[in-house]
Amino acid sequence: MGTITEELFSRRLGHDVRAGDTVIAEVDVAMAHDVTGPLAIEAFRSLDLPLWDASRIVFNFDHVMPANTVAAAELHRVIREFCVEHTITNLFAEGICHQVMVDRRLARPGGIVVGADSHSTTYGGLGCFATGLGSTDIGVVFATGKTWFRIPETVRIEVRGALPRGVYAKDLALHVIGQMGADGADYCAVEWGGEAVAAMSVDERLTLCNLSTDFGAKTGLIEPDAVTFAHSGDDPFELRPVRPEYLRTLIVDAERLRPQVAVHPSIDNVHDIDDVSGTPLDEVFIGSCTNGRLSDLAIAASILSGRTVHPRTRTVIVPASRGVYLDALSAGYIETFARAGALVLNPGCGPCLGRQHGVVGPGERVLSTSNRNYPGRMGSPDAQIFLASPAVAAASALAGAITDPATLEPAL
Amino acid sequence: MSGRVFLLGDGVSTDAIMPGRYNVTTDPDALRRACLIEARPDFTETVQPGDVIVAGRNFGCGSSREHAPLSIKRNQVAAVIAASFSRIFYRNAVNIGLPVIRCAEAHRVLRDGDEVSVDALTGVITTPTTTLRGEPPSGVALRIIEAGSLIDLIRQGGWAALEGEQRVS
Repeated sequence: MGTITEELFSRRLGHDVRAGDTVIAEVDVAMAHDVTGPLAIEAFRSLDLPLWDASRIVFNFDHVMPANTVAAAELHRVIREFCVEHTITNLFAEGICHQVMVDRRLARPGGIVVGADSHSTTYGGLGCFATGLGSTDIGVVFATGKTWFRIPETVRIEVRGALPRGVYAKDLALHVIGQMGADGADYCAVEWGGEAVAAMSVDERLTLCNLSTDFGAKTGLIEPDAVTFAHSGDDPFELRPVRPEYLRTLIVDAERLRPQVAVHPSIDNVHDIDDVSGTPLDEVFIGSCTNGRLSDLAIAASILSGRTVHPRTRTVIVPASRGVYLDALSAGYIETFARAGALVLNPGCGPCLGRQHGVVGPGERVLSTSNRNYPGRMGSPDAQIFLASPAVAAASALAGAITDPATLEPAL
Repeated sequence: MSGRVFLLGDGVSTDAIMPGRYNVTTDPDALRRACLIEARPDFTETVQPGDVIVAGRNFGCGSSREHAPLSIKRNQVAAVIAASFSRIFYRNAVNIGLPVIRCAEAHRVLRDGDEVSVDALTGVITTPTTTLRGEPPSGVALRIIEAGSLIDLIRQGGWAALEGEQRVS
C-alpha cells in the first residue's frame, strides 16, 4: 500500500515501508562514468574489501569520449585498468550512460539502480527506482552491493488531457519545473501520471524522469504498463500506487500547454515560446540524456528535411547512443542533418556540459535540448543558455533565432 | 576555530563550484585551485583555513560531481552554511566529512567578510554581535559525521554499524 516508491521498496525488502523510513537495501546495478568513476574507484580501494559483483557494476565513457585531453585519457585509463583487474565486462563507450543503461536493459521495471550521475533518475521512465549518488556512495556499493535510502515522500504530477500537436514531454516537464521551482521537489519522488503520460512512448517517459532531478527530485517514476513491458521485454507485472498519500499533487491541463523555453540563467525561469521568440542564436544543440533519442531525432529531421540551417547558427546534433545512431542512420535522419548543414557528432554527452566540444564563448546565446542552463554550464559563464524541445531547437536552427515550429514557412 | 564569511547567493550549482572544464581529474590540488574559479575568482586566493561559505537556497544543485564538495574541503573551509542544500551535494559533503549546516537566515544576517565561528556538531553559528542556531546533520548523516566519513563508518563495522538507524514504520 502506498506510492509507487513505497510499493516498490516494500516488495523488494519483503516488509512494508513508508515515506520517512530509513532502509539499507541491495541495488540491482551500480553505474559510474568517466568523470565520476575514478573517484568511486578510489573510494572502493580505500575500503580494502573485495568487489561485490562484477556483473552488476557498469562503467560508461560518455562525458569526454573520445578523450580530448591527456587528463581525460588518464581517467579512461584508470577505469579500463580497474575493469581488467576485477573482470568487469560492463565497460561501454557507445553513448550517454543513461541511454546505454536502457539500450542494454541494465535498468528494468521494478528494479533499484544507483548511478554516479544526477540524471540516473531517467530509468524511472521504465518504472525503475533510480537515483543519482556521489562517487563515495557508489564506491561503497562496489564493495557491499548496498546503500542507505530514506524513503522519500512523493509529489504526484497528474497530467489531464492530451498534449497538443507540437508540444512534447520536454515542454510538459519545463512547465512543471517553472510552476514548482528548481528545488520544488527537493528530496521527493516525483510520480508522473494521467492521460498524457499514459499515451507517451518510452522515449518521452524517460525525458520526464530525466528532468525530475532538475527540480530536486530523488527519483522520477512512471507506472510500468504495456508500453513499458513491450520495450523492456520483461514479463508484465503490476506496480502502481495503492491508496497513496502524496505530499502534493499538481494537476496539469495538457491541452493548454504551448512550447516552453527555460531562459538563462535558471531552469525554473520558464516562458511560453512567444515571450522569447526572435532571440538570435549562435549555437543550437540537439542531443543529451534528456532529448537525444530516436523520436527526438525524428522530430528534428522532419523539420530540417530539405532545408538549411541559418549560417550564423552552428548546429550540433548528437545521438544519445550507438543504438540511436544506427537507427537514425537507417531512417535517413543522419543524411538529412548533414545535408541541412548540421554537425553530427559521435554518441555521448556532447556540448551539454561544456567539456568536450561545441563549447560556447562569452556573450554567445545557445539553445539546447539538454537539461541545465546554469551560467558556465556549456562554456563561458557569460554565455546565455536556453532550454527547449527538439522541435523548437530544429526550427530555431533554421531561423537562426528562437522560433516556434508552428510559424515556419511553408507550414509543416 | 573562527574564520571569515564568503557570501554566495541562491542556487549555487556544482557547475559554479567546479565547472565541467576543470573537473577532468581526481588530483586534490587541481580541484582545490578550481573551486568557484568563475563564480568567485578571489576565493582560492584569499580563503584561509576555518573560513565559512554562507549561501541561500538549493546550494550544490545539479551534477552529482563529488569534485565540488571535495574542492571546498581541500580549501580547508570549516563549514558550508546554506538555507537549503541540494540532496546529492549534501549527501556527498557528509560522506567526505565536509561540515554542512542548514540555516534559514544566515545568508540574510551575515555579510561577506564577517568574522564567524561555527560548531559543526551543534549547528551554532557565532559572530561578535549575534548567535544563530542552524540545523546540523541528524540520523544516518550524523552517524557518518561522527565516524569521520562514510568510508570510515564502513571500515568501522560495515552497514551493521547503521542497524540502529534503520527505522521502519
